[in-house]
Amino acid sequence: MAIIEIQNLRKTFRSGDVDVHALAGVNLQVEKGEFLAVIGKSGSGKSTLFHVLGGLTPPTSGTVKIDGKELTAMDEAGRTRLRRESVGFVFQKYNLLPTLTVRDNLEIARDISGVKGPWSEQFLDVVRILGIEGKMDRKPRQLSGGEQQRVAIARAIVNQPAILLADEPTGNLDTENSDLVLGLLKHLNKKFGQTVLMITHDPEAAAFADRTVQMRDGLLHGA
Amino acid sequence: MVYTLVYENLKHRPVRTLLSALAIGLGVTMMLTLVGLGEGMMEDQAVRARGVGADLVVRAPGSSVVGMGSLSMNQNILNFVRSQPHVVMATPVGIHSTGGVSSIMGVNFDEFSAMGGGFKFREGGKFADQGEVIVDDLYAREKKLKVGSTLHTMNRDWRVSGVFASGKLGRVMIPLALLQDLASANGKITMIYVKLDDASRTQEVIDGMKKQLPEYPIYAMEELIKQFSVSNLPELKAFIGVVVALSVLFGFLVVFLAMYTAVLERTREIGILKALGAGPGYVLGILLRETVLLAAIGSMAGILMSYGTRWLIATFIPASFVQAIVYSWWPIAAAITLCSAVLGVLYPALKAAKQDALDSLSYD
Repeated sequence: MAIIEIQNLRKTFRSGDVDVHALAGVNLQVEKGEFLAVIGKSGSGKSTLFHVLGGLTPPTSGTVKIDGKELTAMDEAGRTRLRRESVGFVFQKYNLLPTLTVRDNLEIARDISGVKGPWSEQFLDVVRILGIEGKMDRKPRQLSGGEQQRVAIARAIVNQPAILLADEPTGNLDTENSDLVLGLLKHLNKKFGQTVLMITHDPEAAAFADRTVQMRDGLLHGA
Repeated sequence: MVYTLVYENLKHRPVRTLLSALAIGLGVTMMLTLVGLGEGMMEDQAVRARGVGADLVVRAPGSSVVGMGSLSMNQNILNFVRSQPHVVMATPVGIHSTGGVSSIMGVNFDEFSAMGGGFKFREGGKFADQGEVIVDDLYAREKKLKVGSTLHTMNRDWRVSGVFASGKLGRVMIPLALLQDLASANGKITMIYVKLDDASRTQEVIDGMKKQLPEYPIYAMEELIKQFSVSNLPELKAFIGVVVALSVLFGFLVVFLAMYTAVLERTREIGILKALGAGPGYVLGILLRETVLLAAIGSMAGILMSYGTRWLIATFIPASFVQAIVYSWWPIAAAITLCSAVLGVLYPALKAAKQDALDSLSYD
């Protein structure tokens, strides 16, 4: 069952007097529980795809369905709801809230989604797998890059989203931490069936995924 | 959870939070100090008027109820007042302004003292000759005077002969005849204080006098004291209005600048919240809560600082001004501050709420 269905997706930006076609007719299907890597060079359009799929920017045309929800027809409020209910993000720069502790960074994601009560057994398991259970009262500045990225992964899946979007999740990490983070993403994918779509320029990182597609000049190859 | 974020955000920039709260508090202090001065000075006037010990007062035609008055009433009327039934004592008082809120009072000392049950001298005693003056203890403290000190007023130097406990109408007193002479107002007085043999007949005596002196304001002392209220000072009410408006503007500007800076500084964090699915209302709610908390801290700081201004006034200018703590104005000042703060945060908060998630996340 496809959890992401993309047909003829286009995204055009206006840069001065010139139209830039960042996505020039992308077609893609991602099955539920799949770990997909989108690999491409800088400027290939992979980050734009990440932003469109995450509801951070609207597509220009085409059809995008995430967990059965048609994204193309959504207004800003609809895309906000999509981010709240169906998508979890992991960014290259971690993007944790610097004033909050690890626990509160996880709690605020639940609060935004309106989730109350104690953490589920499954999420406590995730926290243990990620190895952050002893860091709950620390602020991001007290954590290493690898630890911050593991917290960001926990935050991305705290509300059990339909898809986890990871944009260059190892871009700021050394090799050891990169392998650890990618291994954890794969482990979460396998253990909990979490669908993961990872954007990367690094073939070694892409190798952790079940399937890899290549992005070039706004088009996907091998999809 | 939102409150944790709000609290942590304020804690994250302690100096800015403290300065913003203090600046907001200044507006509260301005309001409370001014209202407190109005109330305090009226209360002080009432206490000092009571200290005369009279049952009624006759004032000059056309004079204000709560004003200081001047040497404008003919002294001849004194004999008429003294001849009225039930009057056991009537003493004239002259008041001459010496600039600002200061004045010098002329009395027939023995008469005036007897009416109020006597003066309590902290040191020295009554004026003995034409060059002597008596002052109350608050005035002595403010002007650093003691018995034997020289006080320069009305273009001449006076020797302080005594310092008395305050509460006797005036702060600086000289013989009435001398005041009339120096003010070129011989035969003129400001008011006449009257003591009756039976205070319960005050209204009856007033009614009798008014029949023969219809143009003279004559008040029972208790009635007069009730008039010592800020509501009877339209100029002060207008001034309070101006200060409230300035405080609103001040609070608005402080919060606007503080929160505008905070929103710019937190652009990326706002982007993170939006990426997590926070809508405009959620972002708006965080900034509004932050502002309300800031306004609450500022209001408390302002209330505390109003105790500070009261201490400063009581320590350095106790004779010129008296500041009361007007509790009923605490919620009013806090509400005014809150409104101005909320007005101040509206633009930055709306700007933050409308921020594009992607642009915000790209902000460094």
